[in-house]
Amino acid sequence: MFSKARISVAAAALVAMTGVGFAASHAQGEFAREIKARQAQMTLYAFNLGILGAMAKGEAEYDAEAAALAANNLAAAKSIWMPTAWPAGSDNASVEGTRALPAIWAADSDIGAKSQAMGEAVAALQAAAGTDLEALRGAIGPVGASCGGCHKSFRAEE
Amino acid sequence: MRLLRIGAILAVAGIAVFWLLTRPEQVAHGTLDGTTGDATRGALVFAAAGCASCHAAPGAEGEARLVLAGGEGFASPFGTFYAPNISPSPEHGIGGWSVLDLANAMLHGTSPEGQHYYPAFPYVSYANAELGDIADLHAYLITLPVSDTPSRAHDVGFPFNIRRGLGLWKQLNTGKGWVMTDPADAQVTRGRYLVEALGHCGECHTPRDALGGLQRDKWLTGGPIPGSKGRFPDLTPGTLKWSAEDIAYYLETGFTPDFDSAGGAMAEVIQNTAQLPPEDRAAIAAYLKALPAN
Repeated sequence: MFSKARISVAAAALVAMTGVGFAASHAQGEFAREIKARQAQMTLYAFNLGILGAMAKGEAEYDAEAAALAANNLAAAKSIWMPTAWPAGSDNASVEGTRALPAIWAADSDIGAKSQAMGEAVAALQAAAGTDLEALRGAIGPVGASCGGCHKSFRAEE
Repeated sequence: MRLLRIGAILAVAGIAVFWLLTRPEQVAHGTLDGTTGDATRGALVFAAAGCASCHAAPGAEGEARLVLAGGEGFASPFGTFYAPNISPSPEHGIGGWSVLDLANAMLHGTSPEGQHYYPAFPYVSYANAELGDIADLHAYLITLPVSDTPSRAHDVGFPFNIRRGLGLWKQLNTGKGWVMTDPADAQVTRGRYLVEALGHCGECHTPRDALGGLQRDKWLTGGPIPGSKGRFPDLTPGTLKWSAEDIAYYLETGFTPDFDSAGGAMAEVIQNTAQLPPEDRAAIAAYLKALPAN
């Protein structure tokens, strides 16, 4: 049932993926600085979530102090006031190097509420991360859900 | 004159064959007699089958995802399909449906009126669902809030707007059983059920042929996203290098191994898989790891 070779499909997918990767990391032209800055904020989220997630998944030993520090960093990164990095017109239909959808700037956009939901989930994680592993595990899920809440509506598929 | 007569006979025979081939199939009456569903178990079937992801109103969040008013549009090369109202409204939803009606819809893509559904409704996958699960799902669905939003008509042009013709499509594309015919153990078997049947993962992650049929020999190797330049990713082990634990954690939290997060339609799916028991997410992961490398 799976016998056919599909090298060309794989190659095409690889080319497509590489192309996207290049575009994502080489924002150029108008709003390139803004796009780079907001992607850097996302990278800070991912880096600190990686430390917490490795413990939650059991890949790293739970360390209350390290967990608390990473959660504090996450909260600090979330607190950076960044609307300046999201100017109107810096969407993926207008400029290269971003997957931000125009819906972010639409009149009925609920991005503010989504951002607030993330803030609340991160605050809960910050309170829980240094307590014990179970508390960390319980609090990281809602943070993931809040990431998905925004990415579902506002980030284009790769 | 004689030619004309032969022509007429052939035409009548052709229509008869078409009518036979395109006849909507149904579950035998009496199959479900005495079956009563369990709504609590049905809630898990509901999550595993991802019903809310298509049938909730567009943009619905939280509790509103349980109001199955329909209205979400699905672009395809054949037109745009709109998910119907499947809330328990007797007039606009499935309020008057029996378990048998739901079984006919899910297993055969046949409506209570005996019409074909379009395969945007993933009955090609649900065909492998267990009757007990369908009964449980029915018990759960009728507990959900009623919506009186009328279903929106599909935006599909000729000839695809002739529903009877879907019978031919079904001849080509349904009733094929499992893709993985030899699951190694109970966990992979459970994963197969969740991925191939209820979760209907193949509906997006398997490429389609020119007629929109799933290319089962390219099972879960990804494919283009209709109406977008993106692609649904390849999930076979040659491409998806994540560990089973990574896959299960992704289905729980949406976090990739790099702690990026799921977006688009997959973020919607994660909202469902996050509700499943951990064993089920592990079973899905085990199944994906057991697929042949692409």
